[in-house]
Amino acid sequence: MEDTIAAIATAYGEGGIGIVRISGEKSFDILSRIFCTVNKSGNAAVNDGVNLKYKPFDFSKDMLNRKLTYGYIKKFDTDEIIDEVMAVYMKKPHTYTREDVVEIDCHGSIISLKKILEEVISLGARLAEPGEFTKRAFLNGRLDLSQAEAVIDMIRAKTDTGYDAALSQLSGELSKSVSQLRADILDILVNVTVNIEYPDEDIEELQYSDLQNRIDIIVQKLVDILKRADEGRIIREGLSVAIVGKPNVGKSSLMNALLREPRAIVTDIPGTTRDTIEEFINISGIPVRLTDTAGIRETDNPVEKIGIQKSRLSFEKADLVLFVIDRAEGLSGEDIEIAESVKNKKVIVLLNKSDLTSCVTDAEIGNLFPNADIISTSMESGEGIEKIKKAVYDMVFDGRIRQENSVLVTNVRHKSLLESALSSLKDAAKLAEIKESFDIIEIDIRNAYDSLGEIIGESVSDDIINEVFSRFCLGK
Amino acid sequence: MSYFIMDDYDVIVIGAGHAGCEAALASARMGHKTLVFSINLEAVAMMPCNPSIGGTGKGHLVREIDALGGEMGINIDKTFIQSKMLNTAKGPAVHSLRAQADKNLYHIEMKKTLENQENLHLKQGEVVDIIVEDGKVCGVITKTNAAYRAKAVVIATGTFLRGKIFIGEAAFESGPNGLAPARDLSSNLKKHGIELRRFKTGTPCRALSKSLDYSKMIEQKGDEKIVPFSFMNDDLKKDQISCWLSYTTQETHTVIRNNFSRSALFGGQIEGVGPRYCPSIEDKINRFSDKERHQLFVEPEGLDTDEMYIQGMSSSLPEDVQRDFYKTIPGLENIEISRPAYAIEYDCIDPLMIKLSLESRQIENLFCAGQFNGSSGYEEAAAQGLIAGINAALKISGKEPMVLKRDEAYIGVLIDDLVTKGTPEPYRIMTSRAEYRLLLRQDNADIRLTDKSYHIGLASEERYRRFLAKKEHIEKERQRLEETFLMPLDIKEFLESHESTPVQNKVSLAELLKRPELTYEMLAEIDPVRPHLTSHEITNLEVQIKYEGYITKQLQQVEKFKKLENKHLDENLDYSAIDGLRIEAMQKLSKFKPASVGQASRISGVSPADINVLIVYLEKQRRMRDNSNRNN
Repeated sequence: MEDTIAAIATAYGEGGIGIVRISGEKSFDILSRIFCTVNKSGNAAVNDGVNLKYKPFDFSKDMLNRKLTYGYIKKFDTDEIIDEVMAVYMKKPHTYTREDVVEIDCHGSIISLKKILEEVISLGARLAEPGEFTKRAFLNGRLDLSQAEAVIDMIRAKTDTGYDAALSQLSGELSKSVSQLRADILDILVNVTVNIEYPDEDIEELQYSDLQNRIDIIVQKLVDILKRADEGRIIREGLSVAIVGKPNVGKSSLMNALLREPRAIVTDIPGTTRDTIEEFINISGIPVRLTDTAGIRETDNPVEKIGIQKSRLSFEKADLVLFVIDRAEGLSGEDIEIAESVKNKKVIVLLNKSDLTSCVTDAEIGNLFPNADIISTSMESGEGIEKIKKAVYDMVFDGRIRQENSVLVTNVRHKSLLESALSSLKDAAKLAEIKESFDIIEIDIRNAYDSLGEIIGESVSDDIINEVFSRFCLGK
Repeated sequence: MSYFIMDDYDVIVIGAGHAGCEAALASARMGHKTLVFSINLEAVAMMPCNPSIGGTGKGHLVREIDALGGEMGINIDKTFIQSKMLNTAKGPAVHSLRAQADKNLYHIEMKKTLENQENLHLKQGEVVDIIVEDGKVCGVITKTNAAYRAKAVVIATGTFLRGKIFIGEAAFESGPNGLAPARDLSSNLKKHGIELRRFKTGTPCRALSKSLDYSKMIEQKGDEKIVPFSFMNDDLKKDQISCWLSYTTQETHTVIRNNFSRSALFGGQIEGVGPRYCPSIEDKINRFSDKERHQLFVEPEGLDTDEMYIQGMSSSLPEDVQRDFYKTIPGLENIEISRPAYAIEYDCIDPLMIKLSLESRQIENLFCAGQFNGSSGYEEAAAQGLIAGINAALKISGKEPMVLKRDEAYIGVLIDDLVTKGTPEPYRIMTSRAEYRLLLRQDNADIRLTDKSYHIGLASEERYRRFLAKKEHIEKERQRLEETFLMPLDIKEFLESHESTPVQNKVSLAELLKRPELTYEMLAEIDPVRPHLTSHEITNLEVQIKYEGYITKQLQQVEKFKKLENKHLDENLDYSAIDGLRIEAMQKLSKFKPASVGQASRISGVSPADINVLIVYLEKQRRMRDNSNRNN
């Protein structure tokens, strides 16, 4: 039996509607567990705000093949409503993949798409690989021979960018935490392995209590990471926003104001921020990755030059640019140069230092950015900060900012891998508690090790055996 | 070179070590006229290193060899002098049988088996060249200028091939155990385009038992209940001999450390790569300097000899240093060394150059096995020898090779690892190399493999009959255990006496057997009328029932794994014609010609996206074939 796969089928932020697509044998079963319809008299199921007293879902009565049905998606275990949706199921073989397919049309917000996808995955679907729906369509005979090359191209293109995205999305912090956890797990595996493979050797025997302690510590760390992941601080996701501008126009102050905590060093000396600084904020539910770039100017300082190069790179990748201009100083040649380099981006222009007299006219800005939002700000008084947040939110939800959903998918993937590692380790802990034999416990521990490895792109290897021989003195 | 023509054979095996013996027996038993060469017939099935067969992972291999109709299990059952099941405190997947062998008897018994085997001819002689015509091997030439023609040849040269021994500053050409090396075959293999590399291994000294003081050592006895290696033996009874445990001292370490510079290992004379899992004592002390002591086992070499094997103390230090450091060990103060420890270097191939069938990628009908392929260990060698022999026989009968998969046997893991990933050092099997350890148990090797072997004409009728009977007995008994229910009151006392939780409702025998604290044997108390089962059958039954949940889980994983394994790749597939493969993947695939998409996925440098591209391409080809068939 093929795995059941799921993915978000729309680019998010694109508009009001987002689609989660599921394909495979478990599709209908998954839908039936999380979908509930309104009752016959036309009343929506009773919704007391959090919990929905829903009618159990019955395919034959409540839904027709290939007909959109109105209802709610709820969490399977708590019945908490995730979103109001239109859902459809399509029986095989008359579907795109020639498998049973389900599509859930929900609100286009990142939050509901992500939650629905996570729920679907927790019920036994797996995140689709890039291009996998199309691959299945081809393998199941839905696409004809002439499309084979196109399918290969798509797998190639999507996978390559997908993997790049996956790696680039890995924050230093997540990658570090995961590597550390893997090292901790490897320690255990090495001990277990050496005990199994070398029963005769003069090696300290592994104790169940010790094993349990070590697993518990890792479980706790994983729980913490997942918690932080939910808060959107660790796993990189959402909108990439770059703050740009020439030196000393108040970029770092803006960053700090948005974060409400000092992170960047703020001084009066131009060129203080020589590296890019990244932070995460949550704007009305939209996770935003904020990058404070080094001020861009001509310089001979080699360190600053590197910073400026990085700045350019990071705003080239950004979904949205916050262009900060010092209105007291007026538009300079440097400003115009920067404006030139971001002209293909979505830009919000911030006329900073509104407490000082303006030397910039709206017409000047209009010339540079015909369609950009312009907001007056003062980092001293905090003026304009809320307006910035509102503008960002609006741009996402009216579809002016588009983003490939690879980022989101990557993150859902990370999270599902973290969760599967967690559940394997919990199983292992339970087995250690009842003193099941080490070789049985090892299976779960190794699964956890492999899941974490997938996050940071390290595949199965001879890690364990290599470590066994480097740490223990073994052999005849 | 001029030579004269001798006889014609179907299969010729070069070398009669553990690989060569299995290869020759398999081929002869499958009905082919087989000739096996050994440089010295006293070296048939010689154990030039440790006097034991089995151990973790290795014991599994022996069981599999036996299940397939090989000889190693039967031969060690005939000749062991101590037997032990290792890891019994752990789960059934890693229970591992190990037996101490009477080395000489092991050699004699195996030689007898070879001599008595129909179709099998044993000959003393050194093969110096292979005859290759049109890319196909068709015979061998010996040092005495005799040419023997054959349809297939198996190379199993072990450590003989350009063997070189190192003892301290002394280095000389030699095969193992002082036997003559095979000097000329290497250069001729190179002439045929086969590239060779150097590996290294080592062995500790042998000492006379009468010079040792066992009162200072710890006795290591065998198991009371002997479990046979071979599925052909139900029960074995034998008086067993003990081994002895002692430890190095600080003095030992000092002596060795002071003489590091005189070790061939550190002197730089050795170019070959040695195995990490078989380090010499100087290597152990160098790399693990904070370890206070190292253990060593003193093991008998046999019943008819006073020589003892000093396990854990292999060395390439000079003899005077050896004498000095062995003497610092409690019980070895007056040691009389009969054979010094030595390191040996030998030629072998890069196993990436052979196929899963163990046939050479370069020369047709040439099969390779054992240490020649870069493995280490008697059991690893025998396993490959058996497969090489089987596949040589199948090939010349025009049949498909027998390839065991990673989910079917440790032999499959061993060979797939070697020929797909290659190996940077002599390869040793370990249970942790297998993905599906719980399925590849030593208790079910026959259930996994005997049927396959019978159908290619190797496993005997008797073996097949026993296999069928075992399967049937287990299945019947399993059913009975599941269907026999007991009432709580009737088993209250029994459970109490075994510190097992009482039950509230009726319970089946199978459910009781699932409890870790209860065994099948114990249940006899409350289950008096039961059929007689052999110990092999009981073990298998117990494991099946006790670990059912885990086994089912692993079987599901295997189903997924199989999907890619069952996608066959044609050997003539032109990978350069597949658009969308990355260049590195295309080159690797063209070079290794994997047998399945699964094998392709294990080649380093082939990414998941490449595999997807490959799958789509295969489907495209299939449909194009279908279309053209329809049009015709």
